[in-house]
Amino acid sequence: MLARYGSATGVTLDLLPIGTPARIAAVDWSVLVAEEARRLRALGLDVGARVTLAHRGVFLGRDPLAVEIGRMTVAIRRVHARAMQVEPITETAPA
Amino acid sequence: MTRALTVAALVGNPNAGKSALFNALTGARQKIANYPGVTVERKAGRLLLPSGEPVELVDLPGSYALDATSPDEEVTRKVIMGEQEGQAQPDVIVLVLDSSNLEQHLVFAQEVIELGRPTVVALNMVDLAERDGLTLDPAALQSALGVPVIPTVAVRRRGLDALAVAIAAARDRVNSDPPAPRPHITLPERRMQAHEMARAAILSETARHRLHARLDRVLLHPWAGPPILFALLFVVFQAVFSWATPFADGLEAAVGLLGDLVKAVMPPSLLRDLVTEGVIAGVGSVVVFLPQIVILFFFILTMEATGYMARAAFLMDRLMAGVGLSGRSFIPLLSSFACAIPGIMATRSITDPRDRLTTILIAPMMTCSARLPVYAVIIAAFIPDRMVGPGIGLQGLVLFALYVAGIIGAMVVALVLRRSVTKGAASGFIMELPKYQLPTVKDLALGLWQRAFVFLRRAGTMIFTVTVVLWLLLNFPRAEPGQDQVDASIAGTMANGLSVVLGPIGFNRDMSLAVIPAMAAREVAVSSLATTYAVSAPDEDEDAAAVALGDQLRAHWTLPMALAFLAWFVFAPQCLATIAVARRETNGWKWPAFMLGYLFTLAYLAAGATFWAASAAGLQ
Repeated sequence: MLARYGSATGVTLDLLPIGTPARIAAVDWSVLVAEEARRLRALGLDVGARVTLAHRGVFLGRDPLAVEIGRMTVAIRRVHARAMQVEPITETAPA
Repeated sequence: MTRALTVAALVGNPNAGKSALFNALTGARQKIANYPGVTVERKAGRLLLPSGEPVELVDLPGSYALDATSPDEEVTRKVIMGEQEGQAQPDVIVLVLDSSNLEQHLVFAQEVIELGRPTVVALNMVDLAERDGLTLDPAALQSALGVPVIPTVAVRRRGLDALAVAIAAARDRVNSDPPAPRPHITLPERRMQAHEMARAAILSETARHRLHARLDRVLLHPWAGPPILFALLFVVFQAVFSWATPFADGLEAAVGLLGDLVKAVMPPSLLRDLVTEGVIAGVGSVVVFLPQIVILFFFILTMEATGYMARAAFLMDRLMAGVGLSGRSFIPLLSSFACAIPGIMATRSITDPRDRLTTILIAPMMTCSARLPVYAVIIAAFIPDRMVGPGIGLQGLVLFALYVAGIIGAMVVALVLRRSVTKGAASGFIMELPKYQLPTVKDLALGLWQRAFVFLRRAGTMIFTVTVVLWLLLNFPRAEPGQDQVDASIAGTMANGLSVVLGPIGFNRDMSLAVIPAMAAREVAVSSLATTYAVSAPDEDEDAAAVALGDQLRAHWTLPMALAFLAWFVFAPQCLATIAVARRETNGWKWPAFMLGYLFTLAYLAAGATFWAASAAGLQ
């Protein structure tokens, strides 16, 4: 069981390898602008969501990121992804 | 109930296919205006029920939730709740869901259905869902949601009749048996429910369609994506200039013929001069740019309809972040290359208010199509048509430099503004990347027609008026024998006064004169130069009047003057309509005044620097 909040050891979404399915375990909403937090939640980027990182950055930049959630692709900035702790989903242990 | 007209509203997430459904349901009979007090576009049309009764159908801006985060979403919320001024509360809500994105769209759908308003669900784009490997069960969804669910394919007109029947039934049912509001549930609960409902409604599901992912892998590739975007933009601008030429030439010839025809049938008089020199020459010199505007909008609308525009925003985000903006600003700025007015209006999708204000303030620096006539005429007259490299002409290079000057100017100004007047936390970039889609010819044609109509209406009203007024100012009072008509006229007197200010940056009287009416629209500078030199030509000398505008310019201007004139037009906010739109969008005169001030200052400095540098370099 991963620590839910303030985990320094967990992987954040921006560091997830491309194409690896993962579940959002915790989100530190306090580091995000309130309005952006609301927008992310409205798009379904919230605790419990299954996400996959699809694309990362342009040229050498690591920003922005394209995240697949369900059948939708959403572009977000790295600062948003860094607030989200994720745990990779292994095929042997489904939801 | 004895309401005159039933009102139905299309509601749904962005990218649910609402606009295509709206077009399919209402055809070309659409009214586009703004909601009072805000600049959110209100699209309304007539839908005929099976009984023949008309219904007013309103297309509301796409929303993810009822707690609004942008002016667009605020309008959607207010209309649904019946709080929007100038809009009766809809009798029926038509919820539009993307079949292949059900789980996501059902979250907002539940929030709307909870309100207890009469609601019908259009399960849209079922064909794309099928292509995506999804088989859906509308009946299961209907029993889960408790409202009628109609599968539709807007672009193929499938399910539209059934939808009209359901709208009529929902409207009639409310009279006898108003639905009760449902218990309010929290967002996580709603999301859980959406997940369950989507699972129950999906009969079978194969792996996610590979096409979108494969396209994105190429188009969003960190190294290949940006060059593809720039190549595409290059093709767009190339097309705007080369494809339009035969059409523009044709229009120009038609305008010339019309002028000759009027000359032939009307006896020589001041009135004939007004018609030929003022109306036909003036309005005609603007109408010839219709092909370029249509071509530019064709590409912009196609990029939007295919879903590539959001990818372009993704690719540009890093670059825009460098000057404190986000990828969202790219779309309004790209539209501003056609015209700053739709560009500034497109900033409504930018959620961060400081980002939005900055984008509005720099949008006029993008080289809009109205500057093209000015650039084209001056470049053709003063820049020699020779090659400076393989496939690179000097004229094209100068034109390109003018575009780049505008872009660099805008980026520098954005950087400065974000650190001063629009200072604040760096804005984020959160945006759905919609599925790729083939645009439909009908939707494209409708969009192009609406844009072309707006342009022609502008040419027929404002530009017409300005041209006629200018002609009158140029021709009265009449000159004494031996005196130049322009010098004697009211306009000439005004221009001489303005020359005191503009003289130091190299502008002569005719250039100062062209700048005044160009406040109405930049392209009027060309027609006013044409009118000025036509008026000042000796009366009986038909040959002199027929001398091309380019030769006239070369006879009266030096190269440094021409370059200064070009530099002026890169920055000068010469468009009353843009200023009016900026006032509306920023709700006051403060920011448009600021915009006018800083852009005129930039224009003056740029023109002055160009003039003195070119003169010092010995250019003639």
